[in-house]
Amino acid sequence: MTTADYDRSVVLSSVEYKVVGTRPIRPDGADKVTGRALYGADFDMAGLLHGKVLRSPHAHARIRSIDTSKAEALPGVLAVVTARDLPQVEDASVDLGEGATTLKYLRGNVLAEDKVLYKGHAVAAVAATNPHVAEEALEFIDVDYEVLPPVLTAPDAMKEGAPLLHDGLTTEELGEKTSKPSNVASHFQHVKGDLEKGFREADVIVEREFNTKTVHQGYIEPQNATALWNNDGRLHIWCSTQGAFTARDATSQVLDMPVSQVVVTPMEIGGGFGGKINVYLEPVAALLSRKSGRPVKVVMSRADVFESTGPTCGSNMKVKIGAKRDGTITAMQSYLAYEAGGFPGSPVGAGAACVFAPYDVENVTIDGYDVVVNKPKTAAYRAPGAPNAAFAVEQVVDEIAQKLGIDPIELRLKNAAKEGTRQATGPTFPRIGCVEVLEAMRNHPHYSAPLDGPNKGRGVAIGYWFNVGLESSCNISVSADGTIALVEGSTDIGGTRASISMQAAEVLGIPAEDVRPSVVNTDSVGYTGVTGGSRTTYATGWAAYEAAQDVKRQMIERAASIWEVDADSIELADGVFQSKSDPELKLTFKELAGQLSGSGGTVVGRANINAGGMGAGGGSFCGNIVDVEIDPETGKTTVLRFTTVQDAGKAVHPSYVEGQMQGGSVQGIGWALNEEYFMTEDGAMANSTLLDYRMPTSLDIPMIDTVIVEVPSHDHPYGVRGVGEANIVPPTPAMANAIHGAIGLRMTDLPISPVAIMKATWDSKK
Amino acid sequence: MPAKTYVQTNINGEHVDFLCEPRQSLLECLRDIIGLTGTKEGCNDGNCGACTVMLDGIIVTACLVLGVEAEGKEITTIEGIAQGSTLHPIQLAFLEDAALQCGICTPGFIVAAKALLDQNPDPTEHEIRFWLANNLCRCTGYDKIVRAVQHAAEKMQEATV
Repeated sequence: MTTADYDRSVVLSSVEYKVVGTRPIRPDGADKVTGRALYGADFDMAGLLHGKVLRSPHAHARIRSIDTSKAEALPGVLAVVTARDLPQVEDASVDLGEGATTLKYLRGNVLAEDKVLYKGHAVAAVAATNPHVAEEALEFIDVDYEVLPPVLTAPDAMKEGAPLLHDGLTTEELGEKTSKPSNVASHFQHVKGDLEKGFREADVIVEREFNTKTVHQGYIEPQNATALWNNDGRLHIWCSTQGAFTARDATSQVLDMPVSQVVVTPMEIGGGFGGKINVYLEPVAALLSRKSGRPVKVVMSRADVFESTGPTCGSNMKVKIGAKRDGTITAMQSYLAYEAGGFPGSPVGAGAACVFAPYDVENVTIDGYDVVVNKPKTAAYRAPGAPNAAFAVEQVVDEIAQKLGIDPIELRLKNAAKEGTRQATGPTFPRIGCVEVLEAMRNHPHYSAPLDGPNKGRGVAIGYWFNVGLESSCNISVSADGTIALVEGSTDIGGTRASISMQAAEVLGIPAEDVRPSVVNTDSVGYTGVTGGSRTTYATGWAAYEAAQDVKRQMIERAASIWEVDADSIELADGVFQSKSDPELKLTFKELAGQLSGSGGTVVGRANINAGGMGAGGGSFCGNIVDVEIDPETGKTTVLRFTTVQDAGKAVHPSYVEGQMQGGSVQGIGWALNEEYFMTEDGAMANSTLLDYRMPTSLDIPMIDTVIVEVPSHDHPYGVRGVGEANIVPPTPAMANAIHGAIGLRMTDLPISPVAIMKATWDSKK
Repeated sequence: MPAKTYVQTNINGEHVDFLCEPRQSLLECLRDIIGLTGTKEGCNDGNCGACTVMLDGIIVTACLVLGVEAEGKEITTIEGIAQGSTLHPIQLAFLEDAALQCGICTPGFIVAAKALLDQNPDPTEHEIRFWLANNLCRCTGYDKIVRAVQHAAEKMQEATV
């Protein structure tokens, strides 16, 4: 590939390596362009039954009774299950890697017990000899519902007298349990400095309220799970999941069985973006298999995916910012009320951790509310909670810049967070790239390019995602031909087999192509956290680095025994083991690998690491510059040019880093312009198809130009930062700021659809 | 259980016959009866393009075609794009340009892109974007897919000169 091909992508490199930073073909590539790669729905085995799930037609209702007898009597039906088939267990916390829930809520979401809390909530399931029979059988299950009024937004759910979703739910107020039943599961507050003092010092103050709608991750592959409750009592599951180990743990908890009795084999996964961390079908397929004695595969329909899996939250937010005439921000305040869906657990905590992260400000207050509503239980979606918050904050910062007559990037630079900045949520930043990202934006030719003509506008914004570390394991076996077999537990959603293998190759001085990676089941590698939290290339890559170091140590010892010299006198450089004192003594990695068998046996390296919690590696900043044009007749927004700038620490495989940046940008553009759960008054999603839930197509957007900034993280051996998520944080406000530039109006609600733009334009002329 | 129909087709250059229920889609027949699981299901209502195949040279979403409609037709699926052990230039370009992340939409995109280049060997960026707008990709933002098709077109034209 020539550099001319990538003249619209730039890597601002810090350190150069031999393998890390290059662009090899991914190891699973051939399988994925020929149709050979096996995804969850492709799984088959002898005797396989097909399962379908009966889902609530009501957004809020009490289940008076369920009669499954007619369905059970249908020819071809081998099992019917409801919540009664789930074991009654003590409540406990369930760790999902990128968030946690309680067992009671998780179980209640898998199969509704006494109440349904959203349209699409699973009520019963059938296993039959083919999927059509299973689907027909659903119609023979009689459910007697007492329909209750639904509540669909956070502001409505927080009102006095609002219908209550959970009888036993009371607000946890600033860490203290209260006794009054409520839809507000918790209210927390982060305080830094003195907010009132900060606003008194300000020369200009801007305060606005914002609303966003529920949006979905929109992965193309629906959720699926095949379960076999084997005759020895062991439960085998094959599914498309972001985390085989979290799926195993959650399933074993819901089914009240020892974790060792469940083995999860991760199939190839067709997108996740956070949405495939939770279990939905795995426990249901397991119950169906136990009852029928056969393996059972359950695959969701697209409508199921929209109505029954976790999207990300709608939100109601207020942001108030004060600044001095010179651009110094003196105070920042935010109120974040995030919808959790039917069960507590919105991403408001993560939103609060990111809302003001790009800014070093003395006086900050953040209030967060986790609010249950009659919509699907939210799940993680790419930087969960952060894009909502940025949509609000980055528009207010833009408005401050305008009021002060200061360039919006310069204003952000003046107040930018840097190493040592203490965040309002507590942690102090290690080395971060906020300033470097803003400088790269300011210096980019896009920012100074002329934008002529009417109805056009340019917007900028910056955003942050903190990233997580967590546990990862890796084993490496050296083959006699000098290649290595690398075994890991991180499902590969976007090229991580490549980025993990490359880090091992770098240590051993071998080409990336000489690493043969395998993603294996939960019996075959040590515990590995989810492919989520932007952690896989960072943490599992780090584990691969350590496992390769283990291989290197053992290989050096082997060379020492062959040469009868001290191991300390041998070094590995550029893939060659050599004596530091005797230049005659040298063996390439390949030559030594060929001698292992005859000199004591094979070499297997291993590593298991915990790469830390929230904020591992310092997290990643991302900024956007976007030009739009609005059609004044229709309100349609055309994206003319889009540049995204992100700190990758060190881009292991720059093509896949660019891919993350471009993919996050386009998801953000969809969120900004079109995507929303369009809810009817009775709580049904009116647009649960991919025609009506309007994700961007190739025709809707231009090329997405990228700039990879490399400010190495303080802890990872190659300085890697996770890059999967921060890129979806700035697009919605950057788009809103650009649209403001084009039409002179502040669009405070998402999506900024053609209808919204036309309405705002008409209202402004009244 | 409805009576099954006997269907004779040609898939990827080979005669294939199968029995299917009248209600089964071509997608179901390919995946569940014939075992060609490279064609993917993303929505089952014709909106995502993951199940794009060629039917007598025209691209269709296999979820909107009935299995019985395949009688006497020639079908090309993702499994028939490579020439033996040699990848098609479009497949190679997808790998070299990192035009896939999760890969679930990739079979549909490659079949659709081949149909485009078969009839328009030198498409503009707009023509590529217009043609591929039937296929949804949620991972890549399309940039690298469009570039891969551009590069494949260049390679294929060089090869024919």
